[in-house]
Amino acid sequence: MATTTRQRTGWSIANVVVAIYALIPVLWLLSLSLKDPSTFTDGHFIPRKWTFDNYVSIFQVGGFLRPLVNSIGIGLISTLVAIVFGTFAAYAIARLQFPGKRLMLGASLLIAMFPQVSLVTPMFQIERQIGLFNTWPGLILPYITFALPLTIYTLSAFLREIPWELEKAAKMDGATPFQAFRQVIVPLAMPGVITTAILAFIMCWNDFVFAISLTSSNRARTAPAAISFFTGASQFEDPVGSIMAAAVVITIPIIIFVLIFQRRIVSGLTSGAVKG
Amino acid sequence: MTDDGETRQPRDETRAEADIPAPAAGPVAAATGAATATVPNGARRAALSEGRRSERRLGWLLCLPAAVIMVVVTIYPIVYAILLSLQRADLRFPNDNKWVGLTNYVTVLTNSFWWHAFAITMIVTVISVAVELVLGMALAMVMHRTLLGRGVVRTLALIPYGIVTVVAAYGWRYAWTPGYGYLANVLSDNSAPLTQQAPAVGIIILAEIWKTTPFMALLLLAGLAIVPDDLQRAASMDGASTWQRFTQVTLPLMKPAILVALLFRTLDAVRIYDNIYVLTNGAQGTSSLSILTYHNLIGGLNLGIGSTMSILMFITVAIIAFIFIKGFGTAAPGSDNAGRR
Repeated sequence: MATTTRQRTGWSIANVVVAIYALIPVLWLLSLSLKDPSTFTDGHFIPRKWTFDNYVSIFQVGGFLRPLVNSIGIGLISTLVAIVFGTFAAYAIARLQFPGKRLMLGASLLIAMFPQVSLVTPMFQIERQIGLFNTWPGLILPYITFALPLTIYTLSAFLREIPWELEKAAKMDGATPFQAFRQVIVPLAMPGVITTAILAFIMCWNDFVFAISLTSSNRARTAPAAISFFTGASQFEDPVGSIMAAAVVITIPIIIFVLIFQRRIVSGLTSGAVKG
Repeated sequence: MTDDGETRQPRDETRAEADIPAPAAGPVAAATGAATATVPNGARRAALSEGRRSERRLGWLLCLPAAVIMVVVTIYPIVYAILLSLQRADLRFPNDNKWVGLTNYVTVLTNSFWWHAFAITMIVTVISVAVELVLGMALAMVMHRTLLGRGVVRTLALIPYGIVTVVAAYGWRYAWTPGYGYLANVLSDNSAPLTQQAPAVGIIILAEIWKTTPFMALLLLAGLAIVPDDLQRAASMDGASTWQRFTQVTLPLMKPAILVALLFRTLDAVRIYDNIYVLTNGAQGTSSLSILTYHNLIGGLNLGIGSTMSILMFITVAIIAFIFIKGFGTAAPGSDNAGRR
């Protein structure tokens, strides 16, 4: 009994340490974003004068809505395309025998490891020549490319775990192959597909290198890149409040995602990356 | 590649069949065995290859869209980058384009900026990955073993992973900026760590560690889940201490997971860009290879030099990946068919 109590205390302390580790920097962002500009430089962790002006101003003056819409749109389209094509490939890799399978996996791995900056130089030039520079497709294409290896690896790990004999059983019970697939396999595969979609979306949402080098205005610039271009009211003013408010705004969706899908993200990351 | 696939296929197929548990597998395997015995060899091969050929076609067809996108978006630009790297291509002097052979490579490789950025990148990579491995292992243990509130702990630990790197980096930047930050005030009066090289690199490493330790921990958690509890209990009955159990039982079994985590994180750290861009933008000699390459391209509009750096960075990453995969053999994902069913 004594050991269990001690163990329980020990783990509880560990939990608190983890909580502090994860939350302090996030609370700091929140605190700065809520500070009145006159109290920015007081260095206090908890704001002395609260205000929502920073949030109002990024949308009214800063034009943050457009980058936010860009981020959501580009992220969703890239995720969707990557998931559809990635699922095809993952199904083939998990279920079918064909030469070139290892080549496909190897190429995906290679691309996952690619230094994005290495692609920036040629893509900058190619996109300017074919008119994709500073457009949605100009960002969607590289995002799909980097999301594909992730979806292929994670999903093929998921698909391997599905008991495929069920499909055979359904067919024996008189289902057509499509019915068997649609009613047995799809529901089983869905959680994996959703997890993978979340991971892919987080990746696109997080990107910065492509977002700042392949865009030149708010036409296609995504939220993280737009934040880095915020300017203060005057040349000498640091736009702390705006940056922090925007930072909190683009953090909220991710925190909601994490809260809802925590279990799935954990299993998705762990099964995909290690067993793959 | 084709040959390789051909020779491996039969073995894979037998394994696939053997792996199916359940009653279905028995008769099927037996039937195949019987067919082998009775049907003449040639006829059987023809019959099999018909089914196999359509399976092959379907496999290729399904992989095609993904493969096309990946090739068009990466292979084509890389070839283009190689061509650019052999030219004098400076957007400020568009009429001066010409082939210069390996001159750009000589220019970059004899330049101290390149080697300085190389050193900074390696320092950041080695220190952050080493610290992350230790911290990540501790975090994975907490996530794995904690009794109360496991979901809460896992959710909290995932938050840094979800936060946009640029956002996190701004948080750290203002935390260390004198006047604004709670950390700058803690240190000493009005010191500005981000304006000095060594402290700035330290903060870059700190920001990197904070952001990616949870990712490392998740990969390690998967490894921990593989270690059977029975083995731990048996070792503990044999009188092994907690530390002995960790080093003698847990660690060896986790080796594949550790290697994958190290590989992923190392390659990711070598590409470091966002953190440095926000924290110092490469000032005070804190440029990483990515920052330097980017500055030459977008800032300097020098496509030739920028491409040369891109290619050299690609080679650096490839060498690191090669060392990992050679050194660790089958541990690399995709290097074998382990776990296939």
